Amino acid sequence: MLIKKPDDIKSSEITSESVYLNRRNFIRAATLAGTAGASGLLYRRLNPASQKAAAPNAPPNGLNAAVEQVASGYRTAEGEAANSFEDITSYNNFYEFDTSKSGVASASEGFITRPWTVKIEGLVNQPREFDLDDLLKIASLEDRVYRFRCVEAWSMVIPWLGLPLAKLLAAVEPMSNAKYVKFVTLYDKKQMPNLRTDILDWPYQEGLRMDEAMHPLTLLASGLYGKSLPPQNGAPLRLVVPWKYGFKSIKSIVQIVLMEEQPRTTWNMANDEEYGFYSNVNPQVNHPRWSQATERRIGQCTWGNCVETKMFNGYADQVASMYAGMDLNKNF
Amino acid sequence: MNKQDIQFAKLVVMTNSFVPLALLLWDWSRGQLGANPLEYLTHTTGTLTLIFLCVSLAVTPLRKVLAQPWLGQLRRMCGLFAFFYGSVHLLTYVWFDKSFALGVILKDVAQRRFITLGMLSWLVMLPLALTSTNAMIKKIGGQRWNRLHKLAYVAAIAGVIHYYLLVKADITKPVAFGIVIAVLLAYRVANKYLPQWTQRKPVRAT
Repeated sequence: MLIKKPDDIKSSEITSESVYLNRRNFIRAATLAGTAGASGLLYRRLNPASQKAAAPNAPPNGLNAAVEQVASGYRTAEGEAANSFEDITSYNNFYEFDTSKSGVASASEGFITRPWTVKIEGLVNQPREFDLDDLLKIASLEDRVYRFRCVEAWSMVIPWLGLPLAKLLAAVEPMSNAKYVKFVTLYDKKQMPNLRTDILDWPYQEGLRMDEAMHPLTLLASGLYGKSLPPQNGAPLRLVVPWKYGFKSIKSIVQIVLMEEQPRTTWNMANDEEYGFYSNVNPQVNHPRWSQATERRIGQCTWGNCVETKMFNGYADQVASMYAGMDLNKNF
Repeated sequence: MNKQDIQFAKLVVMTNSFVPLALLLWDWSRGQLGANPLEYLTHTTGTLTLIFLCVSLAVTPLRKVLAQPWLGQLRRMCGLFAFFYGSVHLLTYVWFDKSFALGVILKDVAQRRFITLGMLSWLVMLPLALTSTNAMIKKIGGQRWNRLHKLAYVAAIAGVIHYYLLVKADITKPVAFGIVIAVLLAYRVANKYLPQWTQRKPVRAT
C-alpha cells in the first residue's frame, strides 16, 4: 500500500514559476552583458583606439612642448600646411619600440636622451665624440618644413628644427677618400624592447653617398614644431633626407662613420628586392607591396591616396642633378 | 541543451560578434581611428575576418573534444561573420581606398600577390555564404555540401598568406594565425585517420 509521505520541501520553499523565469532571464541578461563586455575589453586591448591629443611630455632639456597645433603657420615652400603635432607624434615607424605605428608613442615614453653622445669617426681628420648639446652649437638651428614620404605610400608635412648635416661634417674635416656616410641608431635593450627580437638586423643603420650627405637639404633634426623631438620621432637627433623614403631618415643617432665603400643599410639587408640603397622617392618605380604613383597625405586624404607622388618627393630641381646618368630603375 | 538554450547561445554569439563592429563605428564617429583611419579600418576588419575564420574552423574540433554536439549549431553564424567582416574589409579596399576604380583594382589584384590571395580568400568564402541556408544544404545534399564547405580551409590559408605577405618585417601575428589553422587542420587529419584518439562519445544521462 502506498503511504503518501508529506513533501520534503514545503510548498512555500518551491520557487514560483515567475521567480524561476525571472532568475533565468536575469542569468541570461547577465551572460549577454558579461560576455559582450569581455569581448569589448578584449577588442580594446588588442586594438587600442588612438589616444587623442595626449599633451606631449616636457622634454628633458626643459623646453615646454605645449604646441600650437592647427594654426601653426608652418608651410612648405610650395604652401602645403604642416600636419598637426598630434598626427606627427602618434603615427610613427620606429621598430625598436613597436612595429605598430600607433603603439610607438606609448612604447617610447620616458626614453632617456640626456646625456647623449654622437661619435663621428672613420675617414675624417678630426674624429670626435660630441656631447649632443655641443653638437647642436656647431650651427644655428633652423626651421625646415619638409614633405615626408614613407615607402608605405603615406606622407606628411613636418616642420623640423635642425642643422644641415654638411655643417657637422665640415667640422670633422672629411678625408678626400671618404665617399659614403654611415649612420647608426642607439642599441639599448633596456630601453628598446624589440631589440630582443630579430625582426631586423640591429642596430639600425643607414647610409648616404657623400654628395647626398653634403646636400643643403639634408638635415640633422633635433626638434619639430620648434621644440625638442619627442622620442617617437627619433629623439634626440635624427637624419632628415626629404627626397628619400622615410626609412632613410634614421632616428636616435649615436654614431656617424665616413667610409670609402658603400655601407650596408638595415632595410636593404632585410629585403634587397624591395629596399634599395638609394630609395629616392620615385613614382615610376613600383614597389611590390605599394604602388608609389600616389600617396595618402595624412590629415588631408580622407579616403584613398589623394596626392600624386612627385619625382624626388618634389625636390627634383634641387637634387636630380646628383643622379644624372644613373639608371634609377636599377639604382632604386 | 534544449532548443531555447541553443537559441540563447546563438544570441550570445551574435551579440559578441557585433561588438567589434559597434566599437569600430563608435571610434569612427568620435574621430578616434588615428592618423590614418583607412589603414586602421582595413587592418581591423582584416584581423577580424581571420579571427572569425579560425573560430568557425574550431567549432567542430571543440564539439568533438568536449563532447558537446550542440556547439555545432553555432558554426554557421561564426562562418557568416567571417564572411561579413571579410566583405567589409574588401569594401574598404574597393570603395574607400580605390573609389571603385576597376582598372586600378584589377591591376592591383594581378600585380600584387598579397592582394591576389586576399581576393581569392573572399571569393572562396562567397559560395560558402550563399550555400549556408538549410534549404541549400538540402538541395546540394549533406555529403556534397560538406565537401564544398571544406573550402573554408582554403579561405583561411589564403587569408593567412595574404597577411604574411603584407607585413614588412614583424611576422608574429600572421604566424600565430598560421599555427592556429595548422593545429585545426592537423586535428581534422588525425580525426580522419586516428578517430579513437580524437573522439569521445557524448556523455548521456543514465
